[in-house]
Amino acid sequence: MPGVVELLAVAILATVALGLYRIERGPTNADRMLGSMLFGTSGIALTLVLAEIAGLRSLLDMALVFAILASITSVAFVKRAWGADDR
Amino acid sequence: MTVALLRDIVSVLFFFGSAFFFLAGSVGLVRFPDVYSRLHALTKADNLGLGLLIIGLALRADSWMTVTKLVLIWVFVIFGSATACHLVAKAALDGGIEPWARDAG
Repeated sequence: MPGVVELLAVAILATVALGLYRIERGPTNADRMLGSMLFGTSGIALTLVLAEIAGLRSLLDMALVFAILASITSVAFVKRAWGADDR
Repeated sequence: MTVALLRDIVSVLFFFGSAFFFLAGSVGLVRFPDVYSRLHALTKADNLGLGLLIIGLALRADSWMTVTKLVLIWVFVIFGSATACHLVAKAALDGGIEPWARDAG
């Protein structure tokens, strides 16, 4: 079945677009962080889908690095960047 | 019906499930009323959307090394998102963001 994987890539891009809306609207910094957490996951998913489409094995290693970095960013956000007074 | 065709069909079913959960999670992120319920929607996209995608891709993988890497990615994302969601929810609660309730409007 050709084209299904490409359709999946488009669906993942649509989730990124919806996440952008949430980042723009806010209302709190936590909501914006949720948007960027969604970007982390959809970035990983998109990299995996592209690895399947293009047949590039190295993209899998890239997705592994993304997976580790995505968790680090949210922990760094909560611990460092988000003071209780500037929400 | 050959094994390859069957494998293709099953993996496409997993892809459709994955797309559904990704879209449902991001629609929830847009439509839900507060941080806590949006966290709930987001974790569906994280765990189920990516999980089903990885099952579908693992069915198509050509070596065990690829399957191992895919599963490793999933494990990282699940641990990372569980930890991050807990931290964000706790920080939001400590920071004084009220959970949404129907009466409060």
